[in-house]
Amino acid sequence: MQFFFEVLIAGLLSGVMYALVALGFVLIYKASGVFNFAQGAMVFFAALTAVGLQEKFGLSIWLSIPITMVVMVALGFLTERVVLRPLVNQHDITLFMATIGLTFFIEGFAQLVWGAEVRKLDLGIADEPIEAIMNSTGMLVSKFDVTAAAICGVLVAALAFLFNKTKIGRALRAVADDHQAALTVGIPLQHVWGVVWGVAGFVALVAGLLWGARNGVQFALTFVALKALPVLILGGFTSVPGAIVGGLIIGATEKLAEVFIGPLVGGGIEGWFPYVLALLFLLVRPEGLFGEKIIRRI
Amino acid sequence: MKFKLSKLLAISAVAATTALTGTLAAAQEQFVPILSYRVGAYASGGSGFFGGVIDYFNLVNANGGVNGVKLSWEECETEYNASRGVECYERLKKKNGGAGLVEPLGTGIAYGILDRVAVDKIPMTTLGYGRSDAANGKVFPYVFPLITSYWSQAAGMIKYLGDKAGGLDKLKGKKIVHLYHDSAFGKEPFPVLEAYEKQLGFQLTKIAVPHPGNEQNSQWLQIRQANPDYVILWGWGVMNAVAIKTAARVGFPREKMLGVWWAGSEEDTIPAGDAAKGYTTMTFNTPGNYPVIDDIRKKVYGAGKGNLADKDRIGSVYHMRGITAAMLWVEGIRNAQAKYGKGKVMTGEQIRWGLENLNVDEARQKALGAHGMFPTIKTSCEDHEGSGATKVQVWDGKAWKAVTPNWVMGDRAMVQKLVAESSAKYAAEKKITAACAAG
Amino acid sequence: MIYREAGQFKTSYEKDSQIFPIAQDRYAVVALLLIAFVAVPLMATPYVFSAILIPFLIFALATLGLNILTGYAGQMSLGTAAFMAVGAFASYNFMLRIEGMPVLVAFVLGGVCAAIVGIVFGLPSLRIRGFYLAASTLATQFFVVWCLTKVPWFTNNSSSGVITAQQIEILGFKFDTPQEKYLLVLAIVAIMALMAKNMVRSTVGRSWMAVRDMDVAAEVIGFRIMRTKLTAFAVSSFYCGVAGALYAYCYLGTVEPEAYNLDVSFRILFMVIIGGVGSILGSFLGAAFIVLLPVVLSVIVHYTGLPNSVTSNLELMVFGALIIFFLIVEPHGLARLWQIGKEKLRLWPFPH
Repeated sequence: MQFFFEVLIAGLLSGVMYALVALGFVLIYKASGVFNFAQGAMVFFAALTAVGLQEKFGLSIWLSIPITMVVMVALGFLTERVVLRPLVNQHDITLFMATIGLTFFIEGFAQLVWGAEVRKLDLGIADEPIEAIMNSTGMLVSKFDVTAAAICGVLVAALAFLFNKTKIGRALRAVADDHQAALTVGIPLQHVWGVVWGVAGFVALVAGLLWGARNGVQFALTFVALKALPVLILGGFTSVPGAIVGGLIIGATEKLAEVFIGPLVGGGIEGWFPYVLALLFLLVRPEGLFGEKIIRRI
Repeated sequence: MKFKLSKLLAISAVAATTALTGTLAAAQEQFVPILSYRVGAYASGGSGFFGGVIDYFNLVNANGGVNGVKLSWEECETEYNASRGVECYERLKKKNGGAGLVEPLGTGIAYGILDRVAVDKIPMTTLGYGRSDAANGKVFPYVFPLITSYWSQAAGMIKYLGDKAGGLDKLKGKKIVHLYHDSAFGKEPFPVLEAYEKQLGFQLTKIAVPHPGNEQNSQWLQIRQANPDYVILWGWGVMNAVAIKTAARVGFPREKMLGVWWAGSEEDTIPAGDAAKGYTTMTFNTPGNYPVIDDIRKKVYGAGKGNLADKDRIGSVYHMRGITAAMLWVEGIRNAQAKYGKGKVMTGEQIRWGLENLNVDEARQKALGAHGMFPTIKTSCEDHEGSGATKVQVWDGKAWKAVTPNWVMGDRAMVQKLVAESSAKYAAEKKITAACAAG
Repeated sequence: MIYREAGQFKTSYEKDSQIFPIAQDRYAVVALLLIAFVAVPLMATPYVFSAILIPFLIFALATLGLNILTGYAGQMSLGTAAFMAVGAFASYNFMLRIEGMPVLVAFVLGGVCAAIVGIVFGLPSLRIRGFYLAASTLATQFFVVWCLTKVPWFTNNSSSGVITAQQIEILGFKFDTPQEKYLLVLAIVAIMALMAKNMVRSTVGRSWMAVRDMDVAAEVIGFRIMRTKLTAFAVSSFYCGVAGALYAYCYLGTVEPEAYNLDVSFRILFMVIIGGVGSILGSFLGAAFIVLLPVVLSVIVHYTGLPNSVTSNLELMVFGALIIFFLIVEPHGLARLWQIGKEKLRLWPFPH
């Protein structure tokens, strides 16, 4: 039983890490209806820039992070200006494709500027079990994971505040509901999109730093997007709390399945299990856990 | 309309190729296509390996070439992608008088051109990867898994673990976890490990990590639960660093981890940081410095022709593998020249003979300035591998250090039996009559 | 002037319902087929056959398959490579396990197996739409590759987990050289493309389009949604399955399940979108674009003389930028450009 809880907790904490990546997708989808495939590349680019600045210019991590933040926000605005603005009103699939093109561009650009080497990133948070929990219950809970979960919590609270309490947040929600209606009442659509992409860039930076500290800063960071997709399906593409709850559910069930069902079928089921789980869930609720119910009229 | 565009582009491509071959053809140069990857997930390894190859080529040319024949090469970006790799191979194989040999450093590409190299009569080396049964030159005349294959490696691993335990018989009752990348690559050593399991009576648990392996909490919790004596890490790419870090997180001692050689480079340990200290892996190079590397520093980097952007990477694991590969090729070419005419450009067929009759003993290694850098190699038609020896290295937090002073050799007879069985099956499926190629 | 249908009167029902009702189209298609079957084999080099034309045709076939699903029936899928894998591994096993199995029949059976898998994984489409469906089809992608890796039977217990395509022999004729393989692939692709062209204007095709445009409305006017969507999945997967078998037999030779990874799925999706969603011609244009562009780019950047670590990354950046550029210039794909061209030709040289 203790082992079960250990797996469960590890899963929930992993889930938070997935949710962190999923948040970036949600932000952009919510405000512009674009499925931003480039989110994974942005995570990679952000982490690489943060480390690259340290390495090439000898900056401290606390100086390089704000600079990277500026870079990411600039990238967000630039994307809006160069890629999305000319494609306003196009079909979803075209916009999706444009973000794939953007992915290639960012991936090439990142390695062109900073080189292809694998680097380490030390945030000063030890990835070790917390001793107090270890001694009292015998379970392993990593300090790093708990810190990451806390950071994620703060981020979600901040985003919720931004969406619900600020003027720009209200504009965002209006745009999300109806582009044209928002334009009619005088909300500057382009400006709002720029902000959203900027915020998504910032979220990518946070995800990049945490994942980069864990896995090393390397190209494989782009793959974390694949971990975030089932979370999105489950939680709904348009819901910030959905990303968190979806992340927790996916993380926990994926680990439990791998540990308890995996050995029966040869293991390695983590790759597809979350997708199947999300799929089965969708059969019951096609718009995800917290997604907006789609009413279809003729 | 549908074929119009392709047609047009096909013609322009033909024109481009003819133009290329026309302008670049040089008479007295041995051409080697380099199917490299310097972009994407595996770029760090690719740039090191192919950097090593090119650095060694430059060194050979700086020293006057192979009996006066200079080496020439052209790079083509494969992105570690099978169809891009095939295109590169096809594009370069006939260029500049024809490719002498080819090394894609990628399983998918190696499979994609496996049948083609036999038809085109261009030898392909696969250093430390690819089909293990290709060591049988009677069935795979044009494929050379030089030095060691995955099966030899797995056998070497068990031998090393046995020695560590105080003898192979001491492994009885021990628990070994095989933590593997869930792909054809990770499953390759199964036959060897299972045969040993039966023979020695240890308990083998196989745990799969799905690609890319950036999350391994569940696997390591399973390992912690099983509490094994050793963990074999058969990983690739980001999976390695994550495995080391996660091992640290669940408190599994890194000294008990034994990685495959694709988990044994700076690229795998640096991102794991301090967690990687004490972690051991297999390798087919002895880490350290050698006269040949000093030569490269002096004559190649000194002349500003070095291929690596970062000079600190000279002599790193991937770089040294690249140098080793290039060294063996050049030996093969030199060998072929000794038989077919010194100072002449060799054809793929002739270099095939050269590679099949390699004999790099200690004296030759000394002459090359690489004494002990890799095991001594003697190839033959039956044995395209030529050695099968491996070494174990440990990461001390800054650099790799050799653990075993001598080369570790697993049960050669067992591996050869498996090679014979598996290649016979392949021959039957492909309706090939196994025979040594005429030379 | 050149492209004018004025004066072409249809005097019988047969004439009215031909695949290519306009004479110019008919001549052009015949001419193209003649060029592809006769002129190209006489002129092209082995490099062009084996590195450009064969992969182009195979990817065009897979793109056609996905286009049927995405472009005509409106269901987005990211699992194309999985269906290709099913086709390849099924064909391999039919050839291996049944003595004297003709290779073409094995391809068809491979396609049928892919179609069955397609129907199973198409079931969720009855409830799920849009990006939710797209992301769920990733389940197919990962599950199929996992299955092929896990079950040794599929690879005939190969210790390396790979399959090696058998010799292609039809009626005693062996297909060995790139040229012969090209002709085989071309014949299969040409026939299947004509079938697709015909299918999309039949009842089935029209029902797909009705469902694509508005499934609720289509249901109201009497289309059976379930059957329509599932036939789309089946037909699409069949095309992909055959393409996958050709990819193994006529292109790579020895393949591991990993050869059909997510990248391949994405690549085929690019081809659909760049070529033109819902266009048979677009499938070919898109495949040509995505197959050729990296090759052309790498040849061009090769001449810049920059070090390879720079050119490789530049290649990728330019590739990405060009995709965006093309989407901005023509969001409906290359096929749309052709259509515009046709309109122009109709009026030329008297545009007023």
